[in-house]
Amino acid sequence: MTEWQIVRRADRLELAGALRMTDATAIWRTLQRLTESPGPTLDLDLAAVTVVDGAIMSLIVEVRGSLVTRESRSEIIRVPERVLPIVRLYHGYAPPRPTGRLRRESPIARLGSSVEGTLQRTRGVVTFWGEIVEALGSIVRTPRSIGALSPLVTHAGTDGIPIVLFLNFLVGFVMAVQTAPQLELYGAAIYVADIVGVSVTRELAPLMTAIIISGRSGAAFAAELGTMRVSEEIDALRTMGLTPMTYLVIPRVVTLALVAPVLTLLGDVTGVLGGLVVGAYSLDLHPRGYLAELRTVLVPSDVWTGLVKSSAFGGAIAFIGCQQGLRTQGAASGVGRGTTVTVVYCLFTIVILDTVFTILFRGLAL
Amino acid sequence: MTEAPIVVVRDVAIGWSRDAVLLEHASFEVFPGEIFGILGQSASGKTTLLRVLIGLEEPLAGEILIAGSPRRGAFRPGSGVMFQQGALFGSMTVGQNIALALERWTDLPAAAIRTMVRAKLRLVGLEGIEDDWPSTLSGGMRKRAAIARAMALEPSLLFLDEPSSGLDPITSAEIDRLIKTLVRALGLTVVLVTHELGSIHTIVDRCIVLDRDTKRILASGSPQALRANPPHPRVQHFFERVPEAD
Repeated sequence: MTEWQIVRRADRLELAGALRMTDATAIWRTLQRLTESPGPTLDLDLAAVTVVDGAIMSLIVEVRGSLVTRESRSEIIRVPERVLPIVRLYHGYAPPRPTGRLRRESPIARLGSSVEGTLQRTRGVVTFWGEIVEALGSIVRTPRSIGALSPLVTHAGTDGIPIVLFLNFLVGFVMAVQTAPQLELYGAAIYVADIVGVSVTRELAPLMTAIIISGRSGAAFAAELGTMRVSEEIDALRTMGLTPMTYLVIPRVVTLALVAPVLTLLGDVTGVLGGLVVGAYSLDLHPRGYLAELRTVLVPSDVWTGLVKSSAFGGAIAFIGCQQGLRTQGAASGVGRGTTVTVVYCLFTIVILDTVFTILFRGLAL
Repeated sequence: MTEAPIVVVRDVAIGWSRDAVLLEHASFEVFPGEIFGILGQSASGKTTLLRVLIGLEEPLAGEILIAGSPRRGAFRPGSGVMFQQGALFGSMTVGQNIALALERWTDLPAAAIRTMVRAKLRLVGLEGIEDDWPSTLSGGMRKRAAIARAMALEPSLLFLDEPSSGLDPITSAEIDRLIKTLVRALGLTVVLVTHELGSIHTIVDRCIVLDRDTKRILASGSPQALRANPPHPRVQHFFERVPEAD
């Protein structure tokens, strides 16, 4: 049996009994139903209400606002002493506020907002570049203002060596396994060395190493700088006369630009070794024959173009990680968002840069 | 007090382990409609005692009854909790923070939930910020929003951890006034931890004073009575630093 009742009279809605949150859904629906056609006046009569809690009071006040929006006069009337405090607390006697529907943005406005957001982000990136250039100038003038590089080299470089070696080995291995059957068909098994050697040094090792660095160092930079920003450490640095650019960003960009080619070079070696293992065990190639073929096909530009690309990838990853970290807003969630965005932007940028370098090197006949 | 107590604590011990006890042999009762303060120096176990009352931690010994039943788990529909820093979910807007419990525990239509969220925010003086992110709020606003969230399910019992700490005196007084208004108008019972001695005389009806050295409840009663007749020199010292209420 319900403890409450709502009845519609000609110009008023009579509410009675105990109006509690446990019955909120039914009360809300009843109120909605009974106020569908309000007429010129529809007061809310609380004379027979014994108890009302905050949840229901907020619904009653909302219904009154809704009636006023539909140009019906409405007051909360005959409020008993026992529920007067809660009516006052929920502004039941205040002039009702029209309860307008949420304004939806037009498609043109949404397009405008989207373009504006893109322009603002682009401006942020360009500004960030400008700040880096400015910071490089200040480092030249006062070299002591740069942050320490060695911990970064250890984290981004030394600590990353095992995974870079292992994954590049597997890439060379898989490349050889995938191409071996076709080459064997034509009695050209020895050319597995050519395919693995050129593809690993020019393309796969730089790409794979950059992907690993994105996940390890790019995300770590974004999380680290983002946390520093939300915990006001960046502001603290500024108060100590250290700019985040010279103290945090430049060291990271320089570190990754230097460390990435070194890791890539190691990746080149293990990638080629991966192909060698397949050649020796699956294609019955002699290791010396494999290496001799490799020497005939590989030219220095295969290696150094890969290393140049790799350096650019490293710098871009650090740039993106630091930029996203420093623009972090909010608390823990902001750091998480920045980290995710960093990895996505890094992968996107790596592929774009790779395409640009490939076209460039092809144009230069390298 | 003639009504049955809403919170009963009997011979409770709290701490990290038997070797690291913060408080022992604690017994007290909280009655409906009162604002009950847990006071004491730093590291006397105030917040830990509150966490035990809420159900976030287990006592080492003793019994806790909430509304006549043994306390089980950290969720009880009749209770609301406000954490010291607000603990608003940063990945949600203020409105979504308040709506969360309503969506989880009621079958109210979205329009009714939006109405209740707006009303709760208006109640705590934060009208119109339902689409704002917690990170954009000031400390005082965050505490108010946290109170609104704690009240989402219309609790009869509110646990507040340092509701006015870390705020400027004016904002702190506003929070005190808000708590008092809510208690008087809605008939709530509030258990609060505070070291803000300035607000104790303003809003607390009865309190206990925890002692870090003896690991016991040093005194209990109204702040005014304890200050007038301190039962222990440390209680006297504690209350001597409390300014008189207006």
